[in-house]
Amino acid sequence: MAPRILAVAEVADGSLTKLSTEVATVARQLAEAAGGEALGLVVDASPDAAAQELATYLPTVIAVTNPAVTSEVVAPHVVAAVAKLIEEGVTHVVLGVTPDGRDVAGSLVGLTGLGLLANADTVTWQDAGPVTHASVLAGKAVTSSTLTGDRGIVTVRPGGVTAEPAASAGTVERRDATAPAVPAAKVLDRVAEAGAEVSLEDAKVVVVGGRGVGGPDGFRIVEELAQALGGVVGATRASVDAGWIPYARQIGQTGRVVKPELYLGLGVSGAMQHRVGMQASKAIVIVNRDPDAPMAEVADLFVVGDLFEVVPALTAEIRARKGG
Amino acid sequence: MQILVLTKPVPDPAAGAERLGADFRLDRAASPTVVNGNDEYALEAALQLVEAHGGEVIVLSMAPANAAETMRKALAMGATRGIHVTDPALEGADMPTTIRVLAAEAKAEPFDLLLAGIDTSDGMGGAVAAGVAAQLGLPLLSSAASIEPIRETETVRVKRLSAKGYDVIEAPMPAVVACTQALGAPRYPSLKGIMAARSREIASRSLADIGPDVAPPGGWATKVLEAEPPSARAAGRVVREPAADAAREIADFLADRRII
Repeated sequence: MAPRILAVAEVADGSLTKLSTEVATVARQLAEAAGGEALGLVVDASPDAAAQELATYLPTVIAVTNPAVTSEVVAPHVVAAVAKLIEEGVTHVVLGVTPDGRDVAGSLVGLTGLGLLANADTVTWQDAGPVTHASVLAGKAVTSSTLTGDRGIVTVRPGGVTAEPAASAGTVERRDATAPAVPAAKVLDRVAEAGAEVSLEDAKVVVVGGRGVGGPDGFRIVEELAQALGGVVGATRASVDAGWIPYARQIGQTGRVVKPELYLGLGVSGAMQHRVGMQASKAIVIVNRDPDAPMAEVADLFVVGDLFEVVPALTAEIRARKGG
Repeated sequence: MQILVLTKPVPDPAAGAERLGADFRLDRAASPTVVNGNDEYALEAALQLVEAHGGEVIVLSMAPANAAETMRKALAMGATRGIHVTDPALEGADMPTTIRVLAAEAKAEPFDLLLAGIDTSDGMGGAVAAGVAAQLGLPLLSSAASIEPIRETETVRVKRLSAKGYDVIEAPMPAVVACTQALGAPRYPSLKGIMAARSREIASRSLADIGPDVAPPGGWATKVLEAEPPSARAAGRVVREPAADAAREIADFLADRRII
């Protein structure tokens, strides 16, 4: 039986997320390699625009119109739609590593008993199934894994592939919502917090303040440097736990995983749980007083010095060069 | 209220000695074992809820026989008792089996809330809480930054971290909550707690106790083909110069790479 590979897309503010375009690309490439069929799924109160966009990546897109997701968490509704498609013959489900993607993947494993290949950096089709590469044990090992059966679930991390539209656009099939098997939690309020809205994953330059920054005041010079570089500010678990910066900025195993052109770490010692989230960065520059900090193992340039002296000097230098 | 907390003994990330054995499974002898970090946030939240509302906290682990020692730390923090599912047949268990085992055991233990860390530091799958909720047919409240049970409505309200801040979500109890560090740092066990934990019960359960049908007859659904250390980066350059010179060095480095 030829595999049928489903890409589960996510919608933010009415349009497809960047990771969803990567998930769609992965599903299409796997289907091409397997001689199978790729399709996509969008579940939203008004899915049409996102579904049209998804159809530029995939031959078939199923758009489920579900008004309930405005007042309930989306995952159980997506799970219901995917479970129905599995009944209809979908063999593999590909999702992004996001809070909702993980919830959907976990729920599907619980409901269907299918195997899960989690947190793939890359996925290829080999012989009769997908083979994923993933970082485990806080980055201590990279494993290649596969499914033992002919069906399963794969979650992919951001930036594993470059999203590529298909040669020709696919068609969108509209469907009604399927009621979830598990009750969905109600959403009473959606609260925006200042400083939480930046997209760390999409930033070309990430400037990170660690414990050495010393407090919220210290983050001001981090912010100024990030601005001079046109980058965004990230944080370590220590600086988030200290309450200096919102959790949304945390990079690491329990936060975001980033791979920018430049990672600039200030007062970051390099705990394994943080390194998991940044060690794939193209260039790594560190300013730290302690030359023995574990970050030295991954730094391309390690400046031994006081960040409160080096950072203002660097900000001034960059402004001078950009202005000149 | 009765709160069940899933706690996974994992290799201590701070020790940095984690590695996979020749069978691509975790080499459990290579590293000291601790309670998974995100599970400790769940446990702390559970203890605070019980302190405010009464009841008991029960920790549930599926782990090798020697993990009872690690579970005892959870008891020292204040959990009333532990349930330790251990069976040689579960070594290297896949995600669906792990979920079925934990769900089956949770079903035998009435609870208002089942709490778990959002993911684990070893496998990092982040699927167990959602999977157990789905198996049990219970609502899932994930990425929790606060947990507030509401007695009158028998519901639980959670601040769920979102890309923009947080959502306030609510579902009827019993419910499953996946916990983050935003719940607050776990307490250290007190000396009194450590002493008390020695006499607290950790019930041992085997596959036969749970029902052997939770393990798939055809073997695990996934397998590891290969494991290797991450590719090493080329050694970097170390600069020890006064701030102004160091700043110029960094700017040159960035200019070489066309970042500025």
